[in-house]
Amino acid sequence: MKIPFKYILRNFYSRKLTTTATVLGMTLVVVVFTVAFMMGMGIRKTLSVTGSENNALVVRKSSQGEISSIINREVADIISSLPQVAKSSEGKPLISTEPVVIFIQPKKGGGVSNLTVRGVTPVAFQIRDNIKLVEGKTFGFGSRELIVGKSISKRFNGVAIGDKVKLAGDMWTIVGVFDAGGSGFDSEVWGDSEQLLSAFQRTSYSTITFRLSDPKQIEQLKLQFDADKRLKQFTPEIERTYFSKQSNQTSGFIMGLGVFITLFIMVGAIIGAMITMFTAVANRTTEIGTLRALGFTRGSILISFLFESLLLSVVGCVLGLLISSTMSSMEVSTINFQSFSEIAFNFTLNIYIVLGAFAFSIFMGLVGGFLPSWRASRLKIIEALRAA
Amino acid sequence: MSAIQVDKIAKTYSRDKLVVPVLNDVTLSINEGEFVALMGPSGSGKTTLLNIIAGIDRPTSGRVSVLGTDIAGLSESELAKWRARTVGFIFQFYNLIPVLTAYENVELPLMLTPLTKEQRKQQVETALRVVGLADRMNHSPNQLSGGQQQRVAIARAIATDPDIIVADEPTGDLDKVSANEIMTLLERLNKEFKKTIVMVTHDPSAAERAHIVRHLEKGDLLPGEERHENA
Repeated sequence: MKIPFKYILRNFYSRKLTTTATVLGMTLVVVVFTVAFMMGMGIRKTLSVTGSENNALVVRKSSQGEISSIINREVADIISSLPQVAKSSEGKPLISTEPVVIFIQPKKGGGVSNLTVRGVTPVAFQIRDNIKLVEGKTFGFGSRELIVGKSISKRFNGVAIGDKVKLAGDMWTIVGVFDAGGSGFDSEVWGDSEQLLSAFQRTSYSTITFRLSDPKQIEQLKLQFDADKRLKQFTPEIERTYFSKQSNQTSGFIMGLGVFITLFIMVGAIIGAMITMFTAVANRTTEIGTLRALGFTRGSILISFLFESLLLSVVGCVLGLLISSTMSSMEVSTINFQSFSEIAFNFTLNIYIVLGAFAFSIFMGLVGGFLPSWRASRLKIIEALRAA
Repeated sequence: MSAIQVDKIAKTYSRDKLVVPVLNDVTLSINEGEFVALMGPSGSGKTTLLNIIAGIDRPTSGRVSVLGTDIAGLSESELAKWRARTVGFIFQFYNLIPVLTAYENVELPLMLTPLTKEQRKQQVETALRVVGLADRMNHSPNQLSGGQQQRVAIARAIATDPDIIVADEPTGDLDKVSANEIMTLLERLNKEFKKTIVMVTHDPSAAERAHIVRHLEKGDLLPGEERHENA
């Protein structure tokens, strides 16, 4: 491009109002796009670090989530005797049979939301070694006590240590707060597996989690489940992989919705950019004629106006990313569609979202700027000069 | 030697279904180093003739040769390159780029040359010295008077050292004093720097400063020419 960059830049600054309005339109698009993807990625990130790579989690086939899975005690006994289940130093199988239920609790900001309650056995703390008690004490096995994840203690009322919550008609006491390292377990309430079963008058578990003697054997284990008529209604999966897959529907929905809204606003932003650039061409018709008379080609004019439009979109993109990045340390929550319960997560900005935002912006700049730029380049010199 | 040779050019504009003739079989020859003024009432076709000579408009028929190049046969991009090399433009309303300084305006046509930044700087400073505005090079057009803006435009026209300068009403927007300064400058470019100048003007006192004055009327170039020996 022969037309100097300072010509483009100074024209960009010279019409402050329209430039600002157009840039803000682009910024809005980028903020909506990035926030939606930061939410989606945040959910994925949270659930992808939930559980362990060394554990297998067994659910009933075709169950949409843990709460819709049912595994009876006979099956649990069969699974605990499988050779793939690792043993403790005392020779006991490292297996946790877990009922998973949900209950409603009021939120601090108003309203109510579902909370996941997971019944665990003492082994659960051995096979999920990132669970750390940060306040109070752990629940007593055999007693109606609960501990809450740190995200829950921040976001819900009535879950402080000493508070009592009503669960299956009984009152349960909150005795501690645990930190699960930013994973999905931070959004759960844990108690004694057997106490929960008796309170809810259930005889079956929801899921079974056990430490694999060799995590590489998971595929072989799946085949073994399929081949065994007692187990073929169930499927094992690496625990972390299972929770990671659980994030897909929720994060996919949020990101899809984000793209949908972005596309709508984008049409407005493109029209805004187009109007700005058409106005720029109309106001600078004589300049275009002069530049062409001096020897600048149609191509140079096209590129210079297109560049100006791209500048609008790139500045809007940078501004949008700056606004979005301020949210990256913010913790929010949403309903996980798989568990129907609240999950807390942080907005996560990564390089793919940044690149996506730039791609969207460049697209907006090119589409919005092309027609005006094309018109500018096709102006007849003498007609453009007559506009003086 | 003839610098500009116009042979039987005609120009018509079509508006809806109406064909409007602007130039009728005009033939004109301008020698190298001549300073020619084109005069005539509005709509006589003088600016159209100037635009065709400068390669920013094309004749409907006829041939235009400038310094041996048949410009009617050049493509759009070839013509753009040719203009950048050969022609310096001076407009009635100066046509400076408002967001650029005087220096940057003069540098504009040099951006189309292979000159280095340092070489461009020398050319720009020389051109601004010739027009007496070396001390205003960092001023933007709105910080300059009309006469000063036209002088910057002249510096821009001569920056690439073109052989031909076309000026469309160069004094049309100026007061008498400034107009006189501009005409003195054009005379100097013609005499000192041997530029061939074609100027369109309504102003008889400006036309008097040219060597030759040709008159157009209703698209026809009138026979006969005024020669100013003192010019």
